[in-house]
Amino acid sequence: MRVMAQMSMVMNLDKCIGCHTCSVTCKQAWTNRDGTEYMWFNNVETRPGQGYPRGYEDQEKWKGGWELDKRGKLRQKGGGRLKKLMTLFANPLLPDIDDYYEPWTYEYDNLLNAPAQKNIPTAPPKSQLTGKPIDVQWSGNWDDDLGGTYANKDKDPMIRGIEEKVQLEFDQTFMFYLPRICEHCMNPTCVAACPSGAIYKRSEDGVVLVDQDDCRGWRMCVSGCPYKKVYFNHKTGKAEKCTFCYPRLELGEPTICAETCVGRLRYIGLVLYDADRVTEAASTPDEKDLYEAQKDLILDPYDPEVMAAAESGGIPYDWILAAQNSPIFKLIKEYEVALPLHPEYRTLPMVWYIPPLSPMVDSVADSGFDAEDADNLFAAIDTLRIPVEYLANLFTAGDVPTVERVLYRMAAMRSYMRDVDLGREPKEGIANAVAMTGETMQDMYRLLAIAKYDERYVIPRGHGESAHNLEGVGTDCPLNSEGGPGMAEESEGAGMAGPGYAAKREESNVPRPGEGRVNLLNWDGKGVPQGLFPEPTGGTA
Amino acid sequence: MSDDTTLDILLWIVLPYFVLAIFILGHVWRFRTDQYTVTSRSSQLYESKLLRFGSPLFHYGIIAVFFGHLMGLLIPQRWTDAIGITESMYHWGAFAMGIVASAVTAGGIMILAWRRTTNDRVKTVTPVGDKIMFGLLGLSILLGIVATLFNLEGSYNYREGLSIWFRNFWTLNPDASLMASAPLFFQLHVLMALVLFAIWPFSRLVHAFTIPFGYLNRPYILYRSRDDTERKPRPGWAKSDIPEVPGPATSRRRK
Repeated sequence: MRVMAQMSMVMNLDKCIGCHTCSVTCKQAWTNRDGTEYMWFNNVETRPGQGYPRGYEDQEKWKGGWELDKRGKLRQKGGGRLKKLMTLFANPLLPDIDDYYEPWTYEYDNLLNAPAQKNIPTAPPKSQLTGKPIDVQWSGNWDDDLGGTYANKDKDPMIRGIEEKVQLEFDQTFMFYLPRICEHCMNPTCVAACPSGAIYKRSEDGVVLVDQDDCRGWRMCVSGCPYKKVYFNHKTGKAEKCTFCYPRLELGEPTICAETCVGRLRYIGLVLYDADRVTEAASTPDEKDLYEAQKDLILDPYDPEVMAAAESGGIPYDWILAAQNSPIFKLIKEYEVALPLHPEYRTLPMVWYIPPLSPMVDSVADSGFDAEDADNLFAAIDTLRIPVEYLANLFTAGDVPTVERVLYRMAAMRSYMRDVDLGREPKEGIANAVAMTGETMQDMYRLLAIAKYDERYVIPRGHGESAHNLEGVGTDCPLNSEGGPGMAEESEGAGMAGPGYAAKREESNVPRPGEGRVNLLNWDGKGVPQGLFPEPTGGTA
Repeated sequence: MSDDTTLDILLWIVLPYFVLAIFILGHVWRFRTDQYTVTSRSSQLYESKLLRFGSPLFHYGIIAVFFGHLMGLLIPQRWTDAIGITESMYHWGAFAMGIVASAVTAGGIMILAWRRTTNDRVKTVTPVGDKIMFGLLGLSILLGIVATLFNLEGSYNYREGLSIWFRNFWTLNPDASLMASAPLFFQLHVLMALVLFAIWPFSRLVHAFTIPFGYLNRPYILYRSRDDTERKPRPGWAKSDIPEVPGPATSRRRK
């Protein structure tokens, strides 16, 4: 057993209102530079819908992820080492910019420099690639809220196979939002596909990162990732992807998408897993067993054997504690309500989802019945085949009973908690019907519905003894290269590069940015502002 | 050697060594200080229909051309004579292979040039430096083809002149007269190649030295530790029994 820690996320889709705040704050933080216009490290898709880039889930077309060969051995769907090297000069599986969209801006000068005139001046759109006027036909969220459903209905790869049931009414049947970031997979194809070895999984927390110095722009990661969450920046010629906001994580802060989520639907925490069994789990013969196989990889952080193995594997004690308090562990392993997105890609993704019950609730409510009655909801889950099968296509490789089991639990919680809220005696039988107890049901309710900040985010800080390497406090940020995501000319001057809020909140022992200009805005009011006076000689503290 | 004019010595001895120095030092400098800009700078994202043909044609063609040059420049004539290949057999064999390789290369680069000048997206993202490099590269290839075509009959046996000059250059025993007596287009081709080599380390051509052969022999999934300057295949989090006071700070980046 080789225990590794993995920073993971769970999103509770019932609470997503599709406001795109996560996408916007992520973009402001990471991809508001030249060449990154079309990049959405975080995006929110309306499902059913094509997603971003269009139809990315159609792996018969894009060949992302892994597959099993005839002997049951795991191999990259897009081809192995030799094929990758032979197709370096023109990657046959790379999406075009039109599969994303051509980014554009507006001629704002028309407004600013317009003379006094009778007609209101306009700001026509112009392409950010060519600078020429553009007839906008598509963008990242063109099919938001089922816009253009009739024109595009059969373009959702997940509809295939259930079209005849879906017929033309599916847009009236159900709809939900799916926020997506990089999955930070345990078995990432982007890492495997990179000929330069520039993408790696950070051994401390499992975050998948691109070394911008090592990347040579071969673009194989873009094809390898079945979620299409690695993007190619033409301006810099390098691949870029979601970083799980690792400079924030290292300070114990949640990612910017999670921090700003108005629905408070994101959970971040650690899980411990057995890295020795990753390939074995990813090679599970039946796609429908992949969910269980991945769940089995996640170790019980209370198991003394696991704790001992974790400690001997170099995982610090406070990280083991964090894994024990992890909301992710609870949602995946204890309550078993979170499911992975597309386990059939065999990358063992680590951003999981609680499937939405709301389509069923809405349907029951619309039909005039009590939408908080457990029996009505169970019956709806049984009857509403289309949403359930669609959810199964997304989260369990088509295994309907697993999705049903999760939805039963969500429905049971809803029903059980109504009695509690109304001051009636809660019915233990409702909890027992979904193989839970009233107590765990209340715990689950607290985590999902009350969702306190420090219960949603259990993020252990990076360690003091290695703090000189922490990105947030480092004096030499590799992302600050020209055109890089850091952009800050003086890292001391930019708030995001200095110690974050969480660090300031408590007594901070993280070293502050050293030499250079003094920025009193970064001074936490304790002691002497660093750099204002010469360092006393002899002391290192 | 005493017959060499100053110009000959400048062009065929001083300049080549000067370019060699720039080439080597330039690459050392580039890879040590500026890995971030070392990339293929692919524009496939913006256009792939033409690139799908042009880029492999050009790249595979230029690789064949490279090996063709190595053969012609490095293999002494007496070796081929020894195994019974006459000069005429060699000339027509090399000519046939060369014409195929150069046709593929030239075809590829013409498709790519057409793409770069007609596709608005690709055109607007092409920096000036790239345009200069494309011009020099195209001109070198063109002059090479012209030199070969002007020497159709094989009246100039480069293996008795140019190739010996090339080998002498590497053995630090340069002989300018061997180049000075070569036909004009061969001289121009060599000069243009020298200019190309001089700008090479400072252009996107550096990506030729990043062919990822290491990919053939490495585990698929790579782990790197945040704590380490080196990359260990299986590192772990630094244990908390490491002394509180860090030693001399090590830079995370390779400098």
